[in-house]
Amino acid sequence: MLEVKGITVRYAGMPVLREVSLQVERGQTVGVVGANGAGKSTLLKAIMGAVRVSGGQILFQGQRIDRLRTEEIVRRGVIYVPEGRRLFGPLSVEENLLLGAFTVREEARKQRNLEHVYTLFPRLAERRSQRVGSMSGGEQQMAAIGRGLMGSPKLLMLDEPSLGLAPKLVSEVFETVRRLQAEGETTVLLVEQNVLEALELSDWAYVLQTGQIRTQGPAREILAADEVQKAFLGM
Amino acid sequence: MEALAVQILKSLVSGLLMGLVFALVALGLTVIFGVMDIVNFAHGEFLMIGMYTTLLTSPLLGVDPVLTLPLCVLVGAVLGLLCYHGLIRFLLRGPMIAQLFGTFGLMLFLRNMALLVMGSEPRIIHAGWLVGKSFAVGPNVVLESTKLAAAVLSVVSFLVIWWLINRTKVGRALTATSLDAEGARYMGISTERMNALAWAVGGASVAVAGGLLVNFWPVEPGVGLLFTMIAFATVALGGFGSVRGAFVAGIIIGLIVNVPPVWDALLRTIDAVGLKNLEIHSLKYTMVYAIYFLIMVIRPQGLFGWKQ
Repeated sequence: MLEVKGITVRYAGMPVLREVSLQVERGQTVGVVGANGAGKSTLLKAIMGAVRVSGGQILFQGQRIDRLRTEEIVRRGVIYVPEGRRLFGPLSVEENLLLGAFTVREEARKQRNLEHVYTLFPRLAERRSQRVGSMSGGEQQMAAIGRGLMGSPKLLMLDEPSLGLAPKLVSEVFETVRRLQAEGETTVLLVEQNVLEALELSDWAYVLQTGQIRTQGPAREILAADEVQKAFLGM
Repeated sequence: MEALAVQILKSLVSGLLMGLVFALVALGLTVIFGVMDIVNFAHGEFLMIGMYTTLLTSPLLGVDPVLTLPLCVLVGAVLGLLCYHGLIRFLLRGPMIAQLFGTFGLMLFLRNMALLVMGSEPRIIHAGWLVGKSFAVGPNVVLESTKLAAAVLSVVSFLVIWWLINRTKVGRALTATSLDAEGARYMGISTERMNALAWAVGGASVAVAGGLLVNFWPVEPGVGLLFTMIAFATVALGGFGSVRGAFVAGIIIGLIVNVPPVWDALLRTIDAVGLKNLEIHSLKYTMVYAIYFLIMVIRPQGLFGWKQ
């Protein structure tokens, strides 16, 4: 479904990503793990067209998207839930969710998506008219994921959804991803610093280190690999 | 004593009406600033072009000045779009200072073009449905039709913009862009298009203000400066990017500008001779900047703003 072929991204001449390749198949959950500054967020922003790719190609459903504007990529069904959530703070929960469905034309589908999000996150339904900026970190993360789902994603890309959350909320966030997997309609590309949880959730995983893919494989095997255990899990 | 009461009533009426005009002039500035954080120094020149539009097309088309207002909307919107696509879009890549100088240059360009085409002679509309008509609202206090019409148009424009921003999908997208442009792009919103829209709305709203202003305020190529400066103070007081703020702040500034006549009338009531040099009518616009300075120090985000 998504094919990243040897992309390079530079910031002020310095390569932040070097010939990174990655694949996501329909229905899979793919995890990209790595330390802070390894280039994980840059990878997702490159897919979204928010940072310029200086080499390589990105294909989505067989078509090149690496020269498209962000809004066109969104229109094709690649939805990004950004790091730090980037919610529209002064607006209400529901207003934020509806903005997530900006590219959805059919009113009926928009309503279905809204109901789906409210079933998935009953707490958002209770607080639909609350200012999103006044909610707790965990609730905001749910609003951000919910807003992503409003756009009927073919591929949902989650950027550090557990960042800055208390442990209890972290598992709640991952629990949501599990429920999405169970529904079986969404393909997920998950970028995480929280290596253990992310790998437990993923089908396939990539380890990104200083801008390069260090290793890849079935998530279980990556989790068991010695170097991953040493580098990230302190075992 | 009676003179003082009359002056207070006059100042209130005039302050309210002019305040609404100031608010309408500031509306476009705050919309553009809200969406893309750009301060448009050429804003007053858009007003000037709106004034000339009515002045020139009314005799040309043989219609009353009031009927040329839709044309002002059109001219203002096209002008806004031209400026955005021809200049501002490129300035966005540069540093903040480039944006400042860019719109400053635009101001000089438009002003000198007007000077070239129209000459420096101040001109005003001499005849029309509104001109010269007024009605009394109290003893010695009259309401001029021209100002009343401008005030009514201001209220209508604010209602239209409010509806656009709060009740339409494109308005929501505009709000999202002003809150977080990158975040808005991830929603599939074309922020480029939102920027252009902000310039079109900004240009249209200030040009239509010009179309009514020229019924009671003479137009010349340099007329924009005073209004730009007042609009800056209005936007700062109301809060950068806040539409509601521009409305309230415009009225406040209209009233402030009308304080000096009341003060002077008060002096005259107490003592006719000795206090002559305490009169402050010449300071009325200075007071606006004093207020601007105070806001910047005390409450930089303004009354209703979220940006600083």
